[in-house]
Amino acid sequence: MSAGGITAEPPVAAAPPPAAGPGRLGKYVTGAIFLGPALFLLGVWMVYPAVYTIVRSFFGEHGFIGTWVGIDNYKTLFTTSTLLTAIKNNAIWVAVVPALVTAIGLIFAVLTERVRWAVAFKTVVFLPMAISAFATGVTWRIMYQQDPGLGAVNALGKTISGVFSPAGVLSQASPSIPALQTTPSGALVLKTATHPGGIVLLGLTGIAPDQVPKSAVQAVTPPPKPGDVVGTVWRDFKPGGGKVGVVEKQELGLPGVTVELRDAAGKTVQSTTSKPDGSFDFSKVPQGTYHAAIGAKTFAKPFGGFAWLGPSLIVPSLLIAYIWIWAGFAMVVIGAGLAAMPRDVLEAARTDGATEWQTFRRVTIPLLMPVLSVVFVTMIINVLKVFDIVYALAPQSEYAKANVIALAMYFTAFQGGGNFGVGSAIAVFLFILVVPVLALNIRRFRRDM
Amino acid sequence: MNRTRIAVVGFAAVLALLAAGLAGATTSSHAKGSHVSALKGTITFDGIWTSTSGQKQFQDVINLFNKTYPNVQVKYKPVGDNLPTVLATAIAGGKPPDMADIAQPGTVAQFAKQGKLKSIAYARSTIAANFAPAWLSLGTYSGKLYALPFKAANKSIVWYNVPAFKNAGVKAPKTFAQLLADAKTIKSSGTPAYSIGGADGWTLTDMFENIYLRTFGAAKYNALGAHKIKWTDPSVKTALTTMAKIIGDTGNIAGGTSGALQYGFNDSVTNAFASPAKAAMVFEADFVGGVITSSTKAKANTGFNTFTWPSITPGPDAGAVEIAGDLFVAFHDTPAIEAFVKFLAAAPAAEAWAKQGGFGTGNKNVPASIYPDAITRTNEAPISSAKSVVFDMSDEQPPSFGATASQGEWGLFQDFLKTPSDVAGIQTKLEAAAAAAYKKGK
Repeated sequence: MSAGGITAEPPVAAAPPPAAGPGRLGKYVTGAIFLGPALFLLGVWMVYPAVYTIVRSFFGEHGFIGTWVGIDNYKTLFTTSTLLTAIKNNAIWVAVVPALVTAIGLIFAVLTERVRWAVAFKTVVFLPMAISAFATGVTWRIMYQQDPGLGAVNALGKTISGVFSPAGVLSQASPSIPALQTTPSGALVLKTATHPGGIVLLGLTGIAPDQVPKSAVQAVTPPPKPGDVVGTVWRDFKPGGGKVGVVEKQELGLPGVTVELRDAAGKTVQSTTSKPDGSFDFSKVPQGTYHAAIGAKTFAKPFGGFAWLGPSLIVPSLLIAYIWIWAGFAMVVIGAGLAAMPRDVLEAARTDGATEWQTFRRVTIPLLMPVLSVVFVTMIINVLKVFDIVYALAPQSEYAKANVIALAMYFTAFQGGGNFGVGSAIAVFLFILVVPVLALNIRRFRRDM
Repeated sequence: MNRTRIAVVGFAAVLALLAAGLAGATTSSHAKGSHVSALKGTITFDGIWTSTSGQKQFQDVINLFNKTYPNVQVKYKPVGDNLPTVLATAIAGGKPPDMADIAQPGTVAQFAKQGKLKSIAYARSTIAANFAPAWLSLGTYSGKLYALPFKAANKSIVWYNVPAFKNAGVKAPKTFAQLLADAKTIKSSGTPAYSIGGADGWTLTDMFENIYLRTFGAAKYNALGAHKIKWTDPSVKTALTTMAKIIGDTGNIAGGTSGALQYGFNDSVTNAFASPAKAAMVFEADFVGGVITSSTKAKANTGFNTFTWPSITPGPDAGAVEIAGDLFVAFHDTPAIEAFVKFLAAAPAAEAWAKQGGFGTGNKNVPASIYPDAITRTNEAPISSAKSVVFDMSDEQPPSFGATASQGEWGLFQDFLKTPSDVAGIQTKLEAAAAAAYKKGK
């Protein structure tokens, strides 16, 4: 429960050296007075909750302490599939985020050294750090919406795809009669054959009133014409449904639809465009058997967007948003390291004929190593504890897929489940994961001091 | 239950309050009772309603109480959504409030079992005089009366987009078969029929519960809720198969299945009542109205309206109502608390809130005319007049099964939305999750 808090706390400041004068005892008293408040607060806020959580993890689910269950809670932790997903996801986070954040931060830091608008650029990249992770999660959740009308990411995709494959005029329409069938290419073909002098009726439904072109008027079945194939394409729907496949009053023609006449081999011999009442006319058709069709272009679906928040993309989506937050932090820290780097070494390398890349690889990176590892280790700790962005960004329906250890702990202990036993076990497990990284960090602090 | 619901109820209440204020609300005639200044005391009350969601309305109820008992001070504390957790912590710390408002019967049962609640048997006759017997049993746990169902929301409602229905030429359906036929017509008219907020698992369990209730009646419904019927039972299979007729009609759902899984409850409402509409109807409770008025431009009657969940199997329970509600419980027993509980059980207390809207009650002595508008009346009046009333099943179950995001019932019904063909698989998983939750609860 408090594993997170423990890791974030800086070491306690040592008591100042006592003033000369009072005896040995007095020295201890002064020390105790100075240390007292800090020790007391640490005890209340850190030591007690940590010990309580560890003890609590061996007891049952309800109440202040519950009943002794031994290591059952830990068994549950490693046998419940949602908790295992959380552990697996945390592993993915640790494998991906620290490395990428450090790399991106390094690239930004090196590049900003060389651009004119460095301050502006740095400010923009660093800005996400000023936003709470929860707000970031909410914002990205909106940007990730699948509907391109809502989500900025998919809207961009729609703009780009709109250039290459524009949406058809009747993308939502579907045939009203079974004889009108969809071909693999997306066109609609009337299976009932027709001959010169025949009439074809191409009824479509699923078209909202506001999608019907403004010029549309009451649909009309044209009279048969010797030598011609005539017909109508219309919205085969009136309030209440109407009779399927029959042109009725209140049913509108669909103007501007490209209708094709295909011969027995399926080759298009003529194509024409429907009039405001939906009627069309293929004139002077030679004898033979034909099929009327509506081209695939009419029904071309607009870009529907990727399901960024769906089960397969949710984890990458979360990683991207999280990296977006922390790249700025890495850039600033690494940038500071870069600024403090002795320039003469770089110059020496260049004088010796090293290329820019060689200088970067063999000089800059080794010299920056301490800074890079600070960023890397800090990110590992941050990522292990990640919670708020997952909670805010992932839709509830994907929590199971997006689960991470801290989120699993929250849901197990505080939401619905109310299982403080397993919740504590998860917290202890998270604590155990963080400790080695923390120890590494503390050792380096000592060395640096 | 969830914060959306609460916020929404509150918003509806605030709007209705404004309306009532403009209309010049009449002063209650019930306040003329004699003063009982002899009774003194303080009552601490923890509730979920916050300043934006009903705290003011409840304060009006308290003020009415103070007209009769001027020396009893009721201190209401708006705790919000986390109330069960806050209460559990307060109980563990030995300092629970005098009274609390809990939305989950499962939590009430848990506190009752732990012996933390005081029986309110002293109000039995008052409750019996005002509520149908079913309501007394809703507040009874292991034979003792612990809870007063002060406020209730009708969940057996479908909200529909009036222009979308008009475009399709269909009217509010009375039977489920008619609903399915109408949905097909609506699809042909160019608008998907259903708007589903599948990112919130509770919208899916609510749909299932209404279907189960309307197919098998209240007795079996309650048995399933108490896990006396297993989730592998053939009745569950029938209900899930019926539900698949809606959620399996992918092309008829706004955004398709993947869209429905990403839309939360609020999105499902705005999708159905935006202009142009992205869908024609939403299956959810009376609190949908608050979201419509706050986030869309649709107007009552011309833009949105409601119909009762259509009947599936004809029978005595065809008009049964599923409710979600606020249960008032007491952790202490003093004369002041007894007076307050009795006051809350009588009609004037309910009327003080009901006339402002956003409030339904099972109190049969509250006249339907008290509700501020026609839609509210249609939604709330059946709560007290229905022959049988059942509580939201997922609220009655252990929270780890019935009320946890992405776990138990909520998560599994989201899986069912993903693959509506796998009825047997979902049944097995539901039973496994339920069995684990009920075992732990014992």
